[in-house]
Amino acid sequence: MSRAALLVLADGRFPAGGHAHSGGAEEAVKAGRITGAASLEEFCRGRLHTAGLVAASLAAAAAVGVDAVALDAAADARTASPALRVAARKLGRQLMRAARATWPSGELDELARRFPKGAHQPVVLGVAARAAGLGAVEAAYCAAYESVSGPASATVRLLSLDPFDATGVLARLAPTVDLVVDRAVEAGRRVVGGGVEELPAGAAPLLEIGAEVHAAWAVRLFAS
Amino acid sequence: MHLDHAHTHNGPSAVSADAHRPDGSRRALRIGLGGPVGSGKTATVAALCRALREELSLAVVTNDIYTREDAEFLLREAVLPPERITAVETGACPHTAIRDDISANLEAVEDLEDEVGPLDLILVESGGDNLTATFSKGLVDAQIFVIDVAGGDDIPRKGGPGVTTADLLVVNKTDLAPYVGSDLARMAADAKAQRAELPVVFQSLRSEPGVRDVADWVRAQLTAWRA
Repeated sequence: MSRAALLVLADGRFPAGGHAHSGGAEEAVKAGRITGAASLEEFCRGRLHTAGLVAASLAAAAAVGVDAVALDAAADARTASPALRVAARKLGRQLMRAARATWPSGELDELARRFPKGAHQPVVLGVAARAAGLGAVEAAYCAAYESVSGPASATVRLLSLDPFDATGVLARLAPTVDLVVDRAVEAGRRVVGGGVEELPAGAAPLLEIGAEVHAAWAVRLFAS
Repeated sequence: MHLDHAHTHNGPSAVSADAHRPDGSRRALRIGLGGPVGSGKTATVAALCRALREELSLAVVTNDIYTREDAEFLLREAVLPPERITAVETGACPHTAIRDDISANLEAVEDLEDEVGPLDLILVESGGDNLTATFSKGLVDAQIFVIDVAGGDDIPRKGGPGVTTADLLVVNKTDLAPYVGSDLARMAADAKAQRAELPVVFQSLRSEPGVRDVADWVRAQLTAWRA
């Protein structure tokens, strides 16, 4: 396992489309639920334990070689908002392109053939991690960290939040990211023998509702 | 980018700027239009569509800062049928979507070719941005940088990647020069100093010949692309 490959995949500048998405932060800012560093931290903590845990578990399971089609269906079942399902597939398609160019692999080609318009992003992330020679732990770390780093960088743009404060939020959440990754990797490994029912199904209803509201806005900065 | 060529035919979609589509046919020429806010990018795209739509199969991708404004302008102007215009959402960073992370734009151009193709030409318009915004070679085959005389006649002298390296520099709104005190001769000399042999077009879309010179340049690019 190359630790440097993990840095490549986890880099916020990895060209896979994430920069255009706020992870629900744009709607939460407009609704007054994120107003500064403290409320950003609470928003991210909630996201990490719900959407973040599910994404990290899916990525971990895909990284150990669980059938991507079954995982994709499980991701659909765990994503109530149609707008979020669309966003997850768009991001999955973009990640698939970047990963295939970066780590050419038969498994990624097969995934692209099976899902030409994109599979759920965490599933693609797990297969991409495999192609990069990484395992379940690394895939789960990428997914869990992304679930909070996206909203944090979006909030810097949306609120003109001090970027040092936003980065401080991420640093304070790091121990929680570790815990979520531990749970996600355990769940992902249980899927090998027990099927996708072993995946957590945590959801944040307000994130789902907010995503639907956001998708109907005529004017917005972020795609989701 | 030819990673895919060994196993493309009927394989999954291409990963980057491959000249051929998965079925082996040659893809459309892609031309990017960038430049500062308000310089006339969307107006130039609209005029190009009107000038070329009878002779070429065309489509447009817009990259708005606030999503869909430019796409909606083109739709209102009815320069192309709506299915030939796609808006990419850029997350407050239009230059990122055309340079650092081109994945959403690549998907937009590929989907247009799949859904309304075959296409000869796809115009990719950047959201209004700054003088350093340029298109990735992974996204477009050639790029036009649009500035205007009212934005200050010192822009060609200041240079920057767009002014210096774009395949075509368009200095727009020449009809306004007398009203804003811009010296067109000086702009032309400065552009020549920055760009050496690269072409520059001065245009006003308010009077004849309008977009003719830029349309001719696009036709020449297409001829070269097909050669």
